[in-house]
Amino acid sequence: MAYVAVKGGEAAIQESIEGLRYERLKKKEILEINSIQAGLRGLIDQIMSESSLYSEELASIAIKQTEGNAEEAVLLLRAYRSTLPRKHYSRLVKTEDMQVERRISAGFKDIPGGQLLGSAYDYTHRLMDFSLVEETKAEAMKWLEAYENRINEGSSPIEALPKVVDYLRKEGLLREYPEDSREPKDITTKSMAFPTERSERLQALTRGMSSAVTALGYAAIRGYSQLHPTVGELRIGSLPLYIPNPLSLQEASAEEDFYIGEIKATEVESLIPIVKESQGGKKEIIFEIGYGICFGQNETKAIAMSILDQCLERPSKEFPTHDEEFVLLHIDGVEASGFISHLKLPHYVTFQSELDRVRRSRRGGNENEDSL
Amino acid sequence: MESYEIPVLAVKGLRKQYGDGCSYCSGPKKEGLERNFCPQCGTVYACQDISFEVYEGEILGVVGESGSGKSTMMSCLYFDQEATDGEVYISGYEEGKSNILRQSRQQRRYIKNHLMGIVYQNPEKGLKMDFSAIGNIAEKLIAAGHRNVSAMETRGKALLQHVNIPLFRIKDIPRNFSGGMQQRVQIAKALSNNPPILLLDEVTTGLDLSVQANVLDLIKGLQRELGISIVVVSHDLAVIRMLADRTIVMLNGKVVEEGLTDQILEDPQHPYTQQLVHSLL
Amino acid sequence: MKIAYNYAFFDEGSKREIRRATLKAIAIPGYQVPFASREMPIARGWGTGGLQLTLSLIGKSDVLKVIDQGSDESVNAVSIKRLIQATTDVAITDETKEATLLQSRHRIPEVPLQENQILVLQVPIPEPLRWIEASEYATKRLHADREYSGAWLMLFEQIMKHGHISTGADHPVEINDRYVMAPSPIPRFDNPKLHMSKALILLGAGREKKIYAVPPYTKVVSLAFEDYPFEPEDFSDKVCRLCGSKGVYMDELVDEAGIAYYQCNDASYCLQALNQSDKQTEVMG
Repeated sequence: MAYVAVKGGEAAIQESIEGLRYERLKKKEILEINSIQAGLRGLIDQIMSESSLYSEELASIAIKQTEGNAEEAVLLLRAYRSTLPRKHYSRLVKTEDMQVERRISAGFKDIPGGQLLGSAYDYTHRLMDFSLVEETKAEAMKWLEAYENRINEGSSPIEALPKVVDYLRKEGLLREYPEDSREPKDITTKSMAFPTERSERLQALTRGMSSAVTALGYAAIRGYSQLHPTVGELRIGSLPLYIPNPLSLQEASAEEDFYIGEIKATEVESLIPIVKESQGGKKEIIFEIGYGICFGQNETKAIAMSILDQCLERPSKEFPTHDEEFVLLHIDGVEASGFISHLKLPHYVTFQSELDRVRRSRRGGNENEDSL
Repeated sequence: MESYEIPVLAVKGLRKQYGDGCSYCSGPKKEGLERNFCPQCGTVYACQDISFEVYEGEILGVVGESGSGKSTMMSCLYFDQEATDGEVYISGYEEGKSNILRQSRQQRRYIKNHLMGIVYQNPEKGLKMDFSAIGNIAEKLIAAGHRNVSAMETRGKALLQHVNIPLFRIKDIPRNFSGGMQQRVQIAKALSNNPPILLLDEVTTGLDLSVQANVLDLIKGLQRELGISIVVVSHDLAVIRMLADRTIVMLNGKVVEEGLTDQILEDPQHPYTQQLVHSLL
Repeated sequence: MKIAYNYAFFDEGSKREIRRATLKAIAIPGYQVPFASREMPIARGWGTGGLQLTLSLIGKSDVLKVIDQGSDESVNAVSIKRLIQATTDVAITDETKEATLLQSRHRIPEVPLQENQILVLQVPIPEPLRWIEASEYATKRLHADREYSGAWLMLFEQIMKHGHISTGADHPVEINDRYVMAPSPIPRFDNPKLHMSKALILLGAGREKKIYAVPPYTKVVSLAFEDYPFEPEDFSDKVCRLCGSKGVYMDELVDEAGIAYYQCNDASYCLQALNQSDKQTEVMG
């Protein structure tokens, strides 16, 4: 047994990297960035959300470069993000202004503006579509034209839709909070200190690994929490982004704002009944809103996020889902996968040190025990 | 002889409230409270102007029902919770001239580690359940600056033997101990630095009757031997009767009666005390 | 889309921010300064804390040495060197003496460091109290209160269980009579090199987002009891099969006959010793 690591050196590393390239190319097909961007929406949305960098093009390059390995693609984008200076901060985005493509409520059947199913896998049968093997561009174009004609006929673009929870708010069924206009904390410019503020928690959650956020949200509703959420509203659509006029010499006014594009987002407001003691000592049930929002269409993650948001609003050591350090410090994909994978690094110095101890305790016996 | 007149522990006007209070309940008399609770704003006045003194070698009993504020008072004394207001002096700290509630966190640690011991109702609070029994004793010794393993081991063994933990179990973890044994380890830990003040918070609650008697005997014996001053909190007047020289009775966050334990048992003044004493008989 | 990276990867604002945290760390020896740790082009846990320190400090005149487990050639050391060279053009050396900036994982070089050198250590778990207290909120308060009985208790328990202190690498130290600090997983053998070090030693934990420091000429004491003193790994009876050195940290290897033999862990030290003895042989011959 040798405890010395492989001393690969320059050449071996180069060889390993070449090998990776070979794996990507050996089947003699070049994945076009355009094709990735056009056809891998699910993966792109997941990666943009986890890397907290909204660019379909950069995400597509990362997917190509990492052969579709989401963990690696997120790391690539996060690392790239580290090199970008922050030149502007956008104006506050109001999700009331969302150009809604999909919007459903599990709490109310009739919502003003109606349920809007949009496009979702929820209503598909998960049967393999073998015809995709034979799919031709010509057929696809024909279908596309017909579909677009049908959609454009007579349908007017959807106006901004009111929020479902506003109706509960008007009725006084939601817990009221004074408006909080403080600048949100940014965990990428200042590391989290505990206890955290809600803005930090939400940021950590939205950057979290989709699978980790989902798993913990699932644990919360399966019994590792006392919360019983209902999806008040899930909406997906585009949000316009504006920045204050950077050339403006005085305090920039809103009229001069620059439009810099739009992002697609999934927003969830979950309704969670809680018991509140009011004036007069009466106990009443009132709704709290659990909030989830993610770049792209990431519905499960956004719902799970809304559950965890409320879990963390109620700190408790009883359930790990209510322990902010447990949740927030372990859901980040780059951190989790990085630390797990670092176990592949040689540890022979530390192991030698451990060996020294093990040998010593075997050699020395347990004097202390004997003396008792 | 003058030193006998300085109390080992003096508490003056200790207050602890949960909530900010409102115009309705913030008056000095706290009128209109329902028990210790403001029906308007929901503020709880857990301890209101608690004052008492404990002298050297004395056991002071604090009796009251759950919610009377007695455990809150204890946790304020041990800095587990921050008191809202009030003064606490102990003779072992700056000659009893500094209010220990107003000391820095480091100073309060010092006071806890050197001058006080506590035994909680729940051993999970007082012990590291997965560290050895002797390690638990050492923890308190280490905190007080001890750095000699053999000395700590000797001291730990002596203490654990004193509280009837068999020698062959001192390296076991308290999690595997019975409830009575866990309490005895807590007592040994609390006593490890010879603190002048020992706080006992419902230490026999939840134990079997025979085990209770055993733990109470132990406390009584230790007190006689070490001459330590003890504050013992219990909802059980029988425990107080057995241990305490003097007793204060708490109700809704206030002290309603105070006196020699015998006197209180024989001639209770406050209706609540009368009720307590009658239920004991 | 063609994008070039900045000199030393970061934008200058990021470098300044990391240096500010570093200055604070130097001002309060052993205190873990939180910083906005960036995601790096290598995975978290692979030295991103050290790398951020190195990149925030490196300039054109620096000479860089990178070691992993004592070796300049081990894969991760090479990988980090390649990355730094790709975005800077600094000179690289294997010789400890020649380097101005050294990044290392799990070792402090055998050649004593000098005043004009900075050693950057990569740290996986910066919190020495983590194994006693899982919560960051709680450990921060323990440091503030200088309440370290937990760290000692851990050692006490080891003595109770095994009859001796059984820490491997990363044996906790007390620095400047104030903070208890994790020296990173260096072997106990290297702990004494921290004490009164002539070189500035910086420790970076990327994933845990902390920077801390051992400033030059600072008192560093390994935790131990009066009657159970601190003990480094013992190689006193071992001799390096290659260079014949004694009194250094050794790798243990096994030859084909299954017999264990020893070799300097610090590869560049070993090479230097070999050259030295060659020269001597020449002179004598």
